[in-house]
Amino acid sequence: MIVEPQTPKHLLEIKNLVKYFDISGGLLEQLHLKGGRIARKRTVVKAVNDVTLSILPGETLAVVGESGCGKSTLARTVLGLYPPTSGEIFYAGQRIDGLSPKAMMPYRTKMQMVFQDPYASLNPRMSVRQILEEPLRFHHPEVSGNDVRDKVAQVMTQVGVRPGWADNYPHEFSGGQRQRISLARALMVDPQFIAADEPIAALDVSIQAQILNLLMDAQEQRGLTYLFISHDLSVVKHIATRVAVMYLGTLCELTTTDELFGSPLHPYTQALLSAIPRLGVSKQGSHVKLTGDVPTPINLPSGCVFHGRCTFAQDRCRQEIPTLIEPETGRFVACHGVQEGRL
Amino acid sequence: MKIQPEHQGEDKLLEVQDLTVKFALRKGILPAVNNVSFTLNRGERLGLVGESGAGKSVTGFALLNLISKPGFIDSGKVLFGGRDISALKDDEMRKIRGDRISMIFQDPMMTLNPVLTIGTQMVETIQAHRNISRAEAERICLDKLRKVYIPSPEKRLTQYPHEFSGGMRQRIVIAIALLLEPSLIIADEPTTALDVTIQAEIMDLLLELCEVHNMGLILITHDLAVVSQVTQKIAVMYAGRIIEMGLTQEIVTNPLHPYTQGLIKALPQAGPRGARLNQIPGIMPSLYNMPSGCAFNPRCTKKLPLCCEEMPTLSSRESGSLVACHCV
Amino acid sequence: MGRLKLFRESFFVYSFLRDPVAIGSFIMLLFFLIAGFSAPLTAPTNPYDTAQIDVMNSEMPPVWIPGGSPDFPLGTDAQGRDMLSTILYGTRVSVLIGLGAVALQAFLGISLGLISGYTGGRVDSILMRVADVQLSFSTYMVAIFLGAIFQTALGVGYYEDVAVPFLIIVIGLAEWPQYARTVRASVLAEKKKEYVEAARVIGLPAWRIMWRHILPNTMTPVLVISTVQVANAIMSEAALSFIGLGMPVTKPSLGSLIKSGFEYIFSGSWWITLFPGLVLIGLILAINLLGDWMRDFLNPKLYKN
Repeated sequence: MIVEPQTPKHLLEIKNLVKYFDISGGLLEQLHLKGGRIARKRTVVKAVNDVTLSILPGETLAVVGESGCGKSTLARTVLGLYPPTSGEIFYAGQRIDGLSPKAMMPYRTKMQMVFQDPYASLNPRMSVRQILEEPLRFHHPEVSGNDVRDKVAQVMTQVGVRPGWADNYPHEFSGGQRQRISLARALMVDPQFIAADEPIAALDVSIQAQILNLLMDAQEQRGLTYLFISHDLSVVKHIATRVAVMYLGTLCELTTTDELFGSPLHPYTQALLSAIPRLGVSKQGSHVKLTGDVPTPINLPSGCVFHGRCTFAQDRCRQEIPTLIEPETGRFVACHGVQEGRL
Repeated sequence: MKIQPEHQGEDKLLEVQDLTVKFALRKGILPAVNNVSFTLNRGERLGLVGESGAGKSVTGFALLNLISKPGFIDSGKVLFGGRDISALKDDEMRKIRGDRISMIFQDPMMTLNPVLTIGTQMVETIQAHRNISRAEAERICLDKLRKVYIPSPEKRLTQYPHEFSGGMRQRIVIAIALLLEPSLIIADEPTTALDVTIQAEIMDLLLELCEVHNMGLILITHDLAVVSQVTQKIAVMYAGRIIEMGLTQEIVTNPLHPYTQGLIKALPQAGPRGARLNQIPGIMPSLYNMPSGCAFNPRCTKKLPLCCEEMPTLSSRESGSLVACHCV
Repeated sequence: MGRLKLFRESFFVYSFLRDPVAIGSFIMLLFFLIAGFSAPLTAPTNPYDTAQIDVMNSEMPPVWIPGGSPDFPLGTDAQGRDMLSTILYGTRVSVLIGLGAVALQAFLGISLGLISGYTGGRVDSILMRVADVQLSFSTYMVAIFLGAIFQTALGVGYYEDVAVPFLIIVIGLAEWPQYARTVRASVLAEKKKEYVEAARVIGLPAWRIMWRHILPNTMTPVLVISTVQVANAIMSEAALSFIGLGMPVTKPSLGSLIKSGFEYIFSGSWWITLFPGLVLIGLILAINLLGDWMRDFLNPKLYKN
């Protein structure tokens, strides 16, 4: 059951999204001997398991989690790079999952994405000018050559890259500059919504600050809505209005930034927060110790996906998948312990 | 634990004097590490901090004379237990590597050989330095695996690296580093590739092991927060030089060099939520275009005319820290 | 002028000039190519012109051996054709067939490899199985089969006219899987990169992503195998001509020259086989050495990218 408040129109709504990847391979690879008989083995990566959330216009929703939690898959499914296995995605009230490429075209100018790896997200064989002109020319072929050039120069200036360098190739730029160019590419079509998949994770600390500021400036100037994927909680604390915590494809907790950092409800959130190294604070051994290793999304644990590492796990946690509840308005948690009032 | 030769006598475990590493590139012979000096006492933990390109990894490799062409150690000394190991021949150096000084690298999947079992790799390390039987070597392996809290170590010896998760692999790498009970561990970004919760566990583990076995640790990283929790001393590197060095607490609460100050202020933890972060404009110069004078001067807010002409040297201040800056 | 300067100062020229083997083989290759393609201008006689051939001149030795004549510096073959001219023309034919066949292979192989790699799924499986089947047929077998059918069906005379295109097609069709597999491997790697995802997020259609984004990034391995493939194509043609299924005697290539001289080795006219043989070896060697250098040169770049 989905428990969603009746709030003003959301820009993006995700309902019961499920995304599985079947990596069984061809028929020959699936066959193997089991108990003396030939059986077919299917290997399915359950990347996203029944996620429901919505994003308000103008806000920055951060999705945090560690590797394997499905946050990147979530972003890509929302942008239409992967077709969802089941579930629905709505943009400004219109259903966008399962649309044909042609029907999806108008949404392509509204929703854009910035990627993590500055070295792989720009085509090494295209000059910056070509990279930036392409989206504009493709969606608006009627725009004249001069206007296109002007816009390229304008957007480049906005992201802090000198327009004079437009004819250079990506390998001639530093990591931080490439991320700026990536953002410029996303901004060329004047989108409303940008999904940023770990946009600063691969950069140095001093450059991270620059790019983060740039993202915030762009949001203010253009009224953008961000879906901000990150594993770095201190960055998230700085830039996000609301935070969603994911673990093994499941949404654990979703609430405002202040409440998440101030009084986290879900045990995983608590452990995650206590593990962040803080400058100058010696916390040797004082963080919540999680037992065991992160299981893989291929063999999901039964019941609550976190029960294997949770210090508060009980029998019910091992058997039953917790549903998303709303203990306070606007706060969502999926935890039996919270529901039962234990935690 | 056997008393190792480097432990006899002084407390000073490692002393690096004016180490310079150069690279012979097409555009000339350029220094990647320039006049780096620091001391490490027995059991002390030093953090070598800097962004990419600062030369911290090169320094780490140079300590073990692992720099390969076109790089080479141009000048300076690395005194380990009073003995200059930078000038040693390769076969002498090999006795030290893995035995007295161990190194841990960033990506455990690259450090571990994917086609050999864990047991083979660990026993190989031991037998390269000690003349003992395989059974005896395996016992040492099991002991070390337990020390890094790997459950059911007997089973692990016959498994391959791909059967472990990232965190477990890094633990195994640490166990291998511990096999011969070295006096010094050099860890090059050991947790950068790991998740936050695993990172916390690995750092705790390293800290515990260093304290229990009185091992020295040189932690090379870009993460100021991690370094501030584990180390006692910090050396901040920029463009191949150490620009600030001192006690961790001191540097973190009262940084003197404008670059260190900028770094700390640029951390998201530092500023109020929603406000713009303090950014350091520009980027670190590469080997090819070093500015004259202080390498940081194009990006520095406190710049004096002297800064563009003369390279500042490390000198001590009242607080006890060493800073290389004209303006402080 | 800017582009030329950029090229001159590039790493490509720098490392080329540092490698004596590369320079040497490049000069040799250039020599052969110029000699071959300027054959109509430089050859003393035209071996295709039957009027110029006098069978009385047959089997004359090279000029430095008693019995030779300065009219025929490298001697003559069994029909009285000047060796030097025939070798020049023959080199031209061999290189033409080599380049033509590789162009066809490349076109087919790159297109199919691109489609196969990007589309994936059933299409990929089917195309790759077709490639496997193609590979299991030896080039020579296919050529013999097709050549025999062709010649009996259409007559030897007609065959002589279309020999060059025929050989280009046969060798081209035989070897396209090499390119297809190479390109497909590259495409599979590039497909996962974020710039391809970015292109999809922009909404670009598949063909455009394949052509404009992925294809340019798969060129490096294609370049690497192309040199080897040219050498192989020339060798294949020579081998086919040697067994009589390649170029006809009237339109000689290096291979057919070697063949025609083969019977005469023991009767003492060694020059008929030797000189074309040396040229063929030189040509293949030069191409292979250049290919080696190019592969080594492109290698570190591959890692950097």
